[in-house]
Amino acid sequence: MHLEYTVVEGDFVNAGIASSSVKKTLKQLNVNPTVIKRVVVALYEAEVNAIAHAYGGKVLIDIDPQKICMTVADKGPGIPDIALAMQEGYSTARPEVRDMGFGAGMGLPNMQKNVDHLNVTSEVNKGTTVEMEVYFQ
Amino acid sequence: MIFKYKHSVALVPAVFLGQFPSDMRVSRIYAALKDLGFKHVFEVESAAGIYAEAKHKYAQEHADKKPLISSFCPAILRMIQIKYPSLVDNMIPIKAPLDISAIYALKVLQELNVPREEIGLFYITPCAAKIVSVKATVEEEKSIIDGVINMDSLYNRVYKKIKEQGKNYIFPSLKTPQLSADAILSTLTNGERRICMAKHSYAIDGIQNVMEFLEKLENDEVEDVEFLELRACDQSCAGALFSCDNRFLCGDRMYTRARRAAERERNGEMSRDRELDKYKDYLLEKAQTKIAAARSMMVLDNDISKALEKMEQIDKTQNILPHIDCGLCGAPTCEAFASDVVCGDVSIKDCIFYQRHLKRLGQISEEECLSRSNEIWGKDRINEK
Repeated sequence: MHLEYTVVEGDFVNAGIASSSVKKTLKQLNVNPTVIKRVVVALYEAEVNAIAHAYGGKVLIDIDPQKICMTVADKGPGIPDIALAMQEGYSTARPEVRDMGFGAGMGLPNMQKNVDHLNVTSEVNKGTTVEMEVYFQ
Repeated sequence: MIFKYKHSVALVPAVFLGQFPSDMRVSRIYAALKDLGFKHVFEVESAAGIYAEAKHKYAQEHADKKPLISSFCPAILRMIQIKYPSLVDNMIPIKAPLDISAIYALKVLQELNVPREEIGLFYITPCAAKIVSVKATVEEEKSIIDGVINMDSLYNRVYKKIKEQGKNYIFPSLKTPQLSADAILSTLTNGERRICMAKHSYAIDGIQNVMEFLEKLENDEVEDVEFLELRACDQSCAGALFSCDNRFLCGDRMYTRARRAAERERNGEMSRDRELDKYKDYLLEKAQTKIAAARSMMVLDNDISKALEKMEQIDKTQNILPHIDCGLCGAPTCEAFASDVVCGDVSIKDCIFYQRHLKRLGQISEEECLSRSNEIWGKDRINEK
């Protein structure tokens, strides 16, 4: 099963649309609530990242009986040093974004914590792609 | 029905008082209830203090559980079981004031050596979900409440009685102590929150508002909240289905009564309910209940491969439907209808738009369309006038 969502830059009002919809789908598939929570938390982080740091992007979801694959691909400034960005507390968020309660520098580490597989690829001035996998069992 | 029992008990919620002018004496209303045949009158919110104390104790013992969700509202309790199974462990497993007051009434009468079969406990309900919760309890086999009376129908009778008795009627004054301000307000929005000890809490009413909030809570978008008071109805119980008057008028009258009660409390005119105090420990213990089990109704199939297949079929079915959520098929939305069709509960021919399509192809008769409508909405909805 394939799902697609579009994320618009700066649209914090609609942050979480993809994760909420995926949550509903996983509930209907009888996926364990703890697993659902991990998926939703990680996907929400990735969605917010695309809204806060980049100029929007796409969320692609593929679900099969064993796992869920989530790809959040944005067009944006990219991440020059991915290893640094993976550290807790490291953030490049603008002050106005921090004022909204986002940008604490926990995004990527939080995704890492909640998914079974995380792959971040990035090209400076082009964009970042976050691929995540969570197994249902 | 109440005459079947020698000792019929009316369990009266504070919302009932909110239906009457706020200057009407409470004892006058209860006297009318007795004239109508109730042997005893017990106030549901007399148990509000016990309920609050039991909740507080549970919160202290479970400080690690965050947030704790009040299980006061039976509609919310059931919605969480069905729609938000990951949150059932956050519900506070304490019985509602209604159940505690029923246990109290029973105890008082049994102490007077009245046998159980002579006691009939009747709840005067403003709430449709409460009826369900009495008939099919979440926790136990059978509720101790013997019957439920819709508030709107009883209101008419009580009001008529009071009118009949006229202004000069001498009614017996109330022997039981009056409700405290906290108790009267407990059924209204913020009633639990204003006296809870949590540093960070929300009181939310209206089922759509509650759902919106629970979605966020499930996504970990709400942090550090300790207590949630969630009510299905706008303005809580004052806005319940069988609450007769306008929800704001009813709520305001309850506030007026609560203000007067608060004044009496300040002036030391309020006697403590010694009878209730006597049974406090007993009631606190009886107020405990089990954590409600999750019983998700969203699951399409226990086998994930089959569920995925069904989901794609639902998606395909949805594409045929008009997406205007007209409800004429009997389902609330086209999405819900598509799901019902795929799960085999109904036929897609129940959609009146799809019927048009079939008619054009000559694949459905006028009679069949008519009989489908009759099936859903009852006979003779469509007739020649």
